[in-house]
Amino acid sequence: MIDFGYGITRSNRLNLDEADLTLARKMARREKSFGTCIGCGTCTAGCTAGHFTAYNPRKIQLMILNGQTENLKEDLEKCMLCGRCQMLCPRGISLRSLWSKLYRALDAPHKTPSVTRDIF
Amino acid sequence: MGHEKIMGHDIDNTGTNPLTGRRRVWKEYQKVIPSDKYFYVRSCIRQNIFPASEVHFLKIMREALGKDVYENPHHTTCSGIGYHSDVVPLETSMTIVARQFALMAEAGYENLAVSCITSFGLYTEFLETWQHFPHIRERIAEKLYRATGRELVLPKCVAHASDIIYALRDEISQKAKYRLVNKNTGEPLRIVEHIGCHYAKMFPSKGVGGAEYPCVLSGMVDAWGGQIVDYPERRQCCGFGFRQYLVQANRGYSISNTKKKFDSMEPYHPDAIIANCPGCPYFMDRWQYVIAEMEGKTYGENGFGIPVLTYEELAGLVLGYDPWDLGLQVHQTSVEPLLDKMGIEYDPSQKYKGLDGKDLGRPEEPRVLKTELCPHCL
Amino acid sequence: MKNIVIIGAGVAGLSAASILKEKGYDVTIIEKKAYDGGNVASWDRLFPDSRRASRLIDDVKRPLGDGVTIHYDQSITSLVKMKDGRIGVKTDSLETIHADALLVASGFSLFDAHLKEEYGYGIYDNVYTQADLESMFNAGKVLTRSGDAPRRIGFVHCVGSRDEKVGNRYCSKVCCVTAVKQASEIKQLYPDAQVYCFYMDLRMFELPYEDMYFNAQKLYGVRFIRGRLCEAAEKMDKSVVLKVEDTLAGQTMNLSVDMLVLMAGMRPASDTTRIATMLGLHCGKEGFLTPVDTFSRGNETEVDGVFLAGTCTGPKTIPQTIADARSAAICIDEYLKKRKK
Repeated sequence: MIDFGYGITRSNRLNLDEADLTLARKMARREKSFGTCIGCGTCTAGCTAGHFTAYNPRKIQLMILNGQTENLKEDLEKCMLCGRCQMLCPRGISLRSLWSKLYRALDAPHKTPSVTRDIF
Repeated sequence: MGHEKIMGHDIDNTGTNPLTGRRRVWKEYQKVIPSDKYFYVRSCIRQNIFPASEVHFLKIMREALGKDVYENPHHTTCSGIGYHSDVVPLETSMTIVARQFALMAEAGYENLAVSCITSFGLYTEFLETWQHFPHIRERIAEKLYRATGRELVLPKCVAHASDIIYALRDEISQKAKYRLVNKNTGEPLRIVEHIGCHYAKMFPSKGVGGAEYPCVLSGMVDAWGGQIVDYPERRQCCGFGFRQYLVQANRGYSISNTKKKFDSMEPYHPDAIIANCPGCPYFMDRWQYVIAEMEGKTYGENGFGIPVLTYEELAGLVLGYDPWDLGLQVHQTSVEPLLDKMGIEYDPSQKYKGLDGKDLGRPEEPRVLKTELCPHCL
Repeated sequence: MKNIVIIGAGVAGLSAASILKEKGYDVTIIEKKAYDGGNVASWDRLFPDSRRASRLIDDVKRPLGDGVTIHYDQSITSLVKMKDGRIGVKTDSLETIHADALLVASGFSLFDAHLKEEYGYGIYDNVYTQADLESMFNAGKVLTRSGDAPRRIGFVHCVGSRDEKVGNRYCSKVCCVTAVKQASEIKQLYPDAQVYCFYMDLRMFELPYEDMYFNAQKLYGVRFIRGRLCEAAEKMDKSVVLKVEDTLAGQTMNLSVDMLVLMAGMRPASDTTRIATMLGLHCGKEGFLTPVDTFSRGNETEVDGVFLAGTCTGPKTIPQTIADARSAAICIDEYLKKRKK
């Protein structure tokens, strides 16, 4: 290899054609309000965890839709499941339910509120 | 709502008492609070962290106001703390709650007085769930019967104990020995109220005044001569939040939330904080010490903290109960600045004496937060 | 001479009346308020060309002359479809009028901003609606409650619109443009003020609106922040703290303003359901009246002789309302001509 003093830069773009959308499809099946977000950011503005960290419930939904799921588990660790996002959402998205189902889909059992499962 | 009413929002700078607006909201969220005949259920943790509050609720109700409040030693935890921290399944919690209701019915009572906010939230949540999903109620009734032989009878009214004190605030005011007035200046004391999240944030219609502008505590403060402080972060969580506190790794959220609130209320120079939740007064009291140790920051006057009281403790002070009988020596943030402002007589030498007169031992002096203000007690 | 009754002396009712009068009908308008012009009467200036609202109402009313009777302060007590095809219209103090055709132009009410409790309307000193601000413009004085000139003003779009939590899922259409208009007007009044618009989507759908948006940025330096407030709270100095996410930057922020203006959306007028029930008209799930077909028969109802115009069928701008009212007038004319034969 010759060092020319410069390199070939790889694309910084997300290639949606090649993105792995398994999780997005799974979530769409499991939570019917998933995918109805209009991105107004009220959830994030009111998020108690988002006040102190970069946690952004609005963005998490987009990242799932874009297949960017590598760091999702760590991001979700920041959520305290207080449910304020759900109270605020103008689209009426069941965000707490969405997070719970997401924990399960990502196999994050220590955060899975198993106790409410299956009663209804 | 007609257009005229909206236009009627006075923009002409006349008659704009902001309370008018709040009264309007409060009218929408009034609940029926019977003034007598309650079955009382205690909190799991309050007897440890504010040991005399529940006793004084009973004393105030029974002795000062002559009400009938019954307690059954067989009642248990509502299991809310376990439910919210994912160790008790929903059905188990529901059956436990169903048993409390059954105990009440067996004792001949219809009104439930709940000491804890989490319990109050849980009872409310389950009653709502059962109303909308009757098959779940039936299943729980069956489980209750199989486990205990008891019948599920729904309460006529579920009131948080603070609802009841709110309803009786004027009766208390008439018997008041002290008022929430600074005896040196004659000015009303500035009080911050803090409402537990599970009181009305889940079911706004179940709390007096709703979720955004609750008046359950501010009503007491008004009636007893104080002045309520509304500050920008008033509606925020105190920081307890089960997930935030129970897991040590998350505890930073807890103290950060509390600090956010203190930073926001600081410019108003509050004389005291009152709360109606087990966790809130505890955290707002104890975190003041931790914040002082971590960052050297204190929020009261002259290096002291802002005294944090339960509403029963405040009602007790107003009615003239001895501060040490009210358990105020257990607070980490000294309450003496408030006692002195209210002109309450107390004996500093009795502060750390138990009911039997034996010495309870003195807590270690914090490095930063100043404690025990009064000139004659040092 | 055929007799037509119009419910509502707003822009729609007045516009339809002028055409019907021109065509030689006997027109009576029943108005529940003491004045005509409807919601527009309380406005100062109108988008897109800043004409006076009062002038618009005069323009719409002028052709009526003395030929049209307007009964003010009347509330409808009964509407009956009679056997002879006419409609019996009864109010609380008038004799029953037997109308050959009835035009419902009952309009809209502004969403009650008190219902978004977290924004503190009616609670905090310096939270207003766009209607309050119009009244201030009308009075020639835009000041905070304490009488000071505001230095920072925030506009919140979509208050009570596109909001599942208050049961209004639809877009009220005119609020975005109104906010842009008012933001620009504030800057004309206070060139040094900092003005923010908090929006979810900016709906600048007619030809001149995009230019208004462009000018708000270019001439007036209005800052558009794409994000919806989660709450507003009052500070000690009575300014209002806003909590919002700038969604384009992905950044949560707090900021304070001296005046917060809520762009309250459109709701069907309070009498809409009552009128619909009396006549057997259809209301959609949002509560607005539904015509037979939104494409081709937007002014007709399932009830013979009963027609619809204006914002009683859904949010509209004033030009759309006028066009809709004229179209309704033509439908009524055609209907009555057919019946004569």
